[in-house]
Amino acid sequence: MASPGKASVSDSHVGKKKKPPARYWQEETDGEKKGAEDGGRAAEEEPRTQKPKQEEHQREGKRFISGKSDPFPGPAPIPEDRLQKFKRKEKTKKHRRQHYKLRDIITRSEEASEMAQKQAARFDILLPEDAGFLEGDEEEDTYTISQEDIADAVDITSGAKYFNLKLSQFGPYRVDYSKTGRHLLLGGRRGHVACVDWQSKQLMCEINVMESINDVKWLHSETMYAVAQKKWLHIYDSNGIELHCIRKFNDVLRMQFLPYHFLLATASASSFLKYLDVSVGKEVTAICTKTGRLDVMCQNPHNAIIHLGHPNGTVTLWSPNQKEALVKMLCHQGGVRSVTVDKSGTYMVTSGMDKKLKVYDIRALKPLQSYFLPAGASCLSLSQRGLLSATTGDVVQVYKDVCNTPVTKPYMAHRVRGTAWGLSFCPFEDVLGVGHGDGFTSMLVPGAGEPNFDGLDANPYRSAKQRQEWEVKALLEKIQPELISLDPCELGQVDQATFQQRHQDRVQALVSVWKNLIVLLDT
Amino acid sequence: MKVKVLSRNPDDYVRETKLDIQRVPRNYDPTLHPFEVNREYTRALNATKLERVFAKPFLASLDGHKDGVNCMAKHAKSLSKLLSGSCDGELKVWDLTKHECVRTLQAHEGFVRGIVVRFCGTSFFTAGDDKTIKQWKMESPGYGEEEEPLNTILGKTVFTGLDHHQKDGVFATCGQQVDIWDEQRSSPIRSFTWGVDSFSAVRFNPVETELLASCASDRSIVLYDMRESAPLKKVIMTMRSNTVCWNPMEAYYFTCSNEDYNLYTYDMRFLDRPITVHMDHVSAVLDVDYSPTGKEFVSASFDKTIRIFPKDGGRSREVYHTKRMQHVICVKWSADNKFILSGSDEMNIRLWKANAAEKLGVLTPREKVAVNYSQKLKEKFQHHPQIRRIAHHRHLPKSIFHQTKELRVMKEARRRKERNVRKHSRPGAVPVVSEKEKHVVTVVK
Repeated sequence: MASPGKASVSDSHVGKKKKPPARYWQEETDGEKKGAEDGGRAAEEEPRTQKPKQEEHQREGKRFISGKSDPFPGPAPIPEDRLQKFKRKEKTKKHRRQHYKLRDIITRSEEASEMAQKQAARFDILLPEDAGFLEGDEEEDTYTISQEDIADAVDITSGAKYFNLKLSQFGPYRVDYSKTGRHLLLGGRRGHVACVDWQSKQLMCEINVMESINDVKWLHSETMYAVAQKKWLHIYDSNGIELHCIRKFNDVLRMQFLPYHFLLATASASSFLKYLDVSVGKEVTAICTKTGRLDVMCQNPHNAIIHLGHPNGTVTLWSPNQKEALVKMLCHQGGVRSVTVDKSGTYMVTSGMDKKLKVYDIRALKPLQSYFLPAGASCLSLSQRGLLSATTGDVVQVYKDVCNTPVTKPYMAHRVRGTAWGLSFCPFEDVLGVGHGDGFTSMLVPGAGEPNFDGLDANPYRSAKQRQEWEVKALLEKIQPELISLDPCELGQVDQATFQQRHQDRVQALVSVWKNLIVLLDT
Repeated sequence: MKVKVLSRNPDDYVRETKLDIQRVPRNYDPTLHPFEVNREYTRALNATKLERVFAKPFLASLDGHKDGVNCMAKHAKSLSKLLSGSCDGELKVWDLTKHECVRTLQAHEGFVRGIVVRFCGTSFFTAGDDKTIKQWKMESPGYGEEEEPLNTILGKTVFTGLDHHQKDGVFATCGQQVDIWDEQRSSPIRSFTWGVDSFSAVRFNPVETELLASCASDRSIVLYDMRESAPLKKVIMTMRSNTVCWNPMEAYYFTCSNEDYNLYTYDMRFLDRPITVHMDHVSAVLDVDYSPTGKEFVSASFDKTIRIFPKDGGRSREVYHTKRMQHVICVKWSADNKFILSGSDEMNIRLWKANAAEKLGVLTPREKVAVNYSQKLKEKFQHHPQIRRIAHHRHLPKSIFHQTKELRVMKEARRRKERNVRKHSRPGAVPVVSEKEKHVVTVVK
């Protein structure tokens, strides 16, 4: 990798003596070498923020005409935590005995990967939005601030995000937000289903399915949703038309949708965990968990593993490839009331009948924190930025940063009109949706939502055409259920286990041949 | 209290008019893009499958010769011209863009053994079985003019191969000995012999322009330097080579196509063992030509197929065959690295794509980006078993499929026998000979 950057900038011949070209055996000064490398890298990168820096690189190590030297030599430094955010794997250790070609390929690909990580870290500056926050005055605790005060203090569009829907007829409501955060799905216990574009308050459809509803879930986009009714699983269109009635899935209590696998995981009252591929409409697996009624369920968004909570205090982890649980953890002394996992797949928060709230590191399977709540938490939800919301009866409390540091008091609190039945943070907004016995409440939680979304993944402002294109691409890169495992990066690693196994088999074969030979020679 | 709630201005995220493109804000945070490896793997799998779907390499068949096509020559300056000589002495000039023959002339009585275009592109030389070398003009004769060679040289013996120097007005022929001719003289300026009675091919090195290589009938490849008076050295192999071709990018590598179904790439400085043995054909390999990038070469074989090999790989990456194509005698890789031309003994020249799934023509920038992305994905995941299985799968004619299996069984049997002999004899009595050394008998200076 010669330094094309250095060569591409035309040499200003003013005041410069022509130097003979540097040969590879001649030592370069450190500064020049560094400047050359960085200049080279800068010249290769897609210049978004690089143009002003390029000049810096060329001049680094050289004197200006005025005689001054660059006070900030080299490329702009990237803060360590930002670089850490984009870090993937550690560099592989190279053996001395490896083939030179393989070593070369590994080195080059790792260099390219590092460059990409640095570029992504630099791009972070250009993100348009900042996260929300709520800070009280000196003695004021933030949980004493009411929702009305917050709604008055912010601008009118944000204030409109705090609203109550009074729907007391049809029972406590289950809530689901679509992946982009634009559309809201409400399912009442007595059969009322409504899907709304909650920001513009436009009702998309409203039906009564004439049966009791256990759970509602959006499928991959805002065009279809699944309703777990008393007997079977039904799939409806966003206009309210029933598309499918899947009789194989009976007595479904809870559902989770795995967006990148297009799988709908359902937990039933007869202790069956079933996976339905919604793109082809086939049941992938039906696992008999043999653990009783399954009504506590959540997914780990990082590796698509389903977490089930059981009345004996255990939490079990399931993947569609195994008939037994991957992991069984004893979490609580009573039954488990609710489980939730954060979006990076590191922390799991569970609440149980023993009135405890526990935080676990799910990758190392270790307990981290344990809190005592006077009345226990019936529903839990973690937001994109790590805020935890817990409901007890009709009180909703939001805790900030529960996983890392021990928390003494809630961040916010709110009382809703009925017993809370469903809880969900809206994906890219500072909003928490609570479904309760008296309808639905949308409350403001500053700092909950991820401020910058990615347009290619989930874009709340996408048009119908963009949604169709996204749907086609998402279907093309649908991940097969065979790849679901505890470590999602398993495909990127060398299969050492199989290699060792094969090597051992070969060694065994040779040893047995040798032994036979010795026996023959002895006789 | 200080409070800020996330509120986005839709004007920043939605396009202004219908004529604008849509806005796509990006955030590269890895937690927003889970399952990176799995999604990339699925994309790589799709890319590999689509490559197989779009792999339609056959483009056109150039029809017109009345006897099998014996040799071909690329035009030095023009990509769209091809010259081909057949076994009845006829020479045709083809326009590859229109797939038409633009000029026919009766060059020799008997086989046309070699054609080569002069480096300037204005004339070409042919050598034939009637012991003559003729030089012709590149432009077609005008109205009413007869086809006349510019120059005719009568030789004493049959000429079997012909090649021209890259820069000087010098050409070399081979027959019973290798001769170097000056264009203006009618007798060779130098002749090289080494006790062999016939040579089958001669080639000038395109990079080190004074070097030559030739294939001799005593199963050897002889290297010459034009400036010396005697040949440099030769390597004798177990079977005879048909043709030799120099790598246009690496000055010292050449590849020879051998009768024992393999091709061997040698470094001319170390002839005691080949750099690589390329094994995939099931019958004698008749011709070989390098791509202008020097990274791959194409070989034509008696077993009715053409194979493309990477320069350092032992196995072919691609095989082309057709029911109508019989024994392929000569093959050329076009100078723009995109096309392969094959001449076979059923009088047809076929035009193929070098990359079977490539879209020809001008690509839009988005298409180019997509092509580059899928290429990189396929490279990244090429070792995964499912992807490897799909990428390597090629349909073969039944005869070749069974023949490969048979050859594999034979090789395995020989290997097993050798292992048994080694096991049951004194240690060291039967030395282990590597596959590469096996095929070289000796190097003579």
